[in-house]
Amino acid sequence: MSETFILIPGRTSKQGVGINEGKYGETYLGEITKLQVAPGDMERLGITEGDWVRLTGEHGTIDVEVISAKKDELPEGLLFIAYGDLSSRLMGGDTHGSGMPTSKGFDVELETIPTPSKS
Amino acid sequence: MATVSSESQSDQLKVVTDATCTFCGCVCDDIDLTVDGHTITKAKRACVLGTAWFLNHDVDDRPSCMIKGKPATVEEGIEHASQVLANSRYPLIYGLSDTTSESQRVAVSIADWIGGIVDTTTSVCHGPSGMAFQGVGEVTCSLGEVRNRGDLIMFWGSNPAESHPRHFTKYSLMPKGMFVPNGRKDRTCVVVDVRKTKSANAADIFIPIKPRRDFEGLWTLRALAKGIELDPAQTLEDTGVELSVWQDLMDRMKAAKFGVIFFGMGLTMTRGKHANSEALLALTRDMNDHTRFVCKPNRGHGNVTGAYNVVAWRTGYPFGVNLARGYPRFNPGEYTASDVLARGEADAAMIIASDPMANFNEPARQHLASIPYIAFDPKETPTTRHAEVAFTVATYGINVPGTVYRMDDVPIPLRPAFESPHPSDLQILEGIEKRVKELKAIGLAGQASSLRPNAV
Repeated sequence: MSETFILIPGRTSKQGVGINEGKYGETYLGEITKLQVAPGDMERLGITEGDWVRLTGEHGTIDVEVISAKKDELPEGLLFIAYGDLSSRLMGGDTHGSGMPTSKGFDVELETIPTPSKS
Repeated sequence: MATVSSESQSDQLKVVTDATCTFCGCVCDDIDLTVDGHTITKAKRACVLGTAWFLNHDVDDRPSCMIKGKPATVEEGIEHASQVLANSRYPLIYGLSDTTSESQRVAVSIADWIGGIVDTTTSVCHGPSGMAFQGVGEVTCSLGEVRNRGDLIMFWGSNPAESHPRHFTKYSLMPKGMFVPNGRKDRTCVVVDVRKTKSANAADIFIPIKPRRDFEGLWTLRALAKGIELDPAQTLEDTGVELSVWQDLMDRMKAAKFGVIFFGMGLTMTRGKHANSEALLALTRDMNDHTRFVCKPNRGHGNVTGAYNVVAWRTGYPFGVNLARGYPRFNPGEYTASDVLARGEADAAMIIASDPMANFNEPARQHLASIPYIAFDPKETPTTRHAEVAFTVATYGINVPGTVYRMDDVPIPLRPAFESPHPSDLQILEGIEKRVKELKAIGLAGQASSLRPNAV
């Protein structure tokens, strides 16, 4: 069963630090591959930190690990992810005549998935 | 303003004073660097991002040039890159926000010689604001004026606590200024955002606007500025915020002596895009019927403002410029990098100091991976990994001198800390420019520089 959320990709200072350390380093890769979910949404959906979810948007699908947003930082119904490879996969090519693809505030369907096994 | 750098040197250890950080648009030029050989060990006064910038840019142990994944000389790389660009029919030159304005200038020249497109990361940053500037104009000021005068500081869709960590302390909130002698106590800070960011925690007033309703929120304020009566229920439905909250904000805006709105990609990347920026610029203009009010985009990369300025003063347009016909044409959505790639139009590219293979949408990335392109970066990135020719370059500001533009369009000189064995962007670009001119037979007798056999 899936539920519609609004995804907000954005900058974080940890992501910025990671860019400087290197885009193949742990700091950067760790930051851009975690999805922040509001604590209320996590409780309602029965998910905990470390669980995985699948996000499906109009232009793509990603599987991503969940972490809890800090208290009050994210209202229920919104998701946050640091800019990077995963958030880019959900962006479409149409810029509506502006040069800018819609990169924030787009709808995604969230469904829980089994945690991938580490191979 | 930076003072003349004084360096004390003992053996390998030296201190470079008033160095310039080029990580974000604040371009702080008051950093004291302790340098040990090819490593910066301390960056006094730098923020968390600036510290990471300075302490992680020692010399990368990689070849200065790779062609198709194999080490090559820089001269071979310049030749190969020039052949790719000169023989393409619709080349794209993109990036430019993390290099010097001297390099940006040469990159625009190359685009002209080869009849290509030049676009910068502006187009996926504040490009929509650039469109809005042309439609509305920009009532603005320098960050120094904000520091000395601003008593109502608003941030709309911008989170400087994470993206520009010294913004508050150096320019907008904390400093004691000429007309705000008590610093933070003399200023009111308002944050409008869809989530309660770290910046919201520093604000006096946080207004949680409904997602994708910035345009409606800004027009609500425009109406209130004009004294137009609004329906409370409709306003709440449109913006997710009570009309009384908007009215209270408008009262404060009118009562301010010097109001400032900093806006970010919360406006430009979301539904509405340039229409959001236009609404904010128009609101700022409207407020000057009541008091002094200015606005400023909180621009991200160290020299993205320079890229905007340089492309503008070289072509007349700030980004997304097509030079295929021998004269510049500007059309966001047609000549911007994301579009040219996502539609599969460009047949070659040169990517300077940016990483579209990590940050662009999937159709654009897939097309970029399918064409020959040249990449410049001090570090290995997804873009350099897929490049036909990848140059490992010296880092601007740390190894390379030159000029960058702060987010308020103030040009600032760089004070490098140590030399790199890798070439600078500028050196390679000058080499490519010289060679593509030879390949295009530009400058030979009887050949006009505007000859464009590959015009599209």
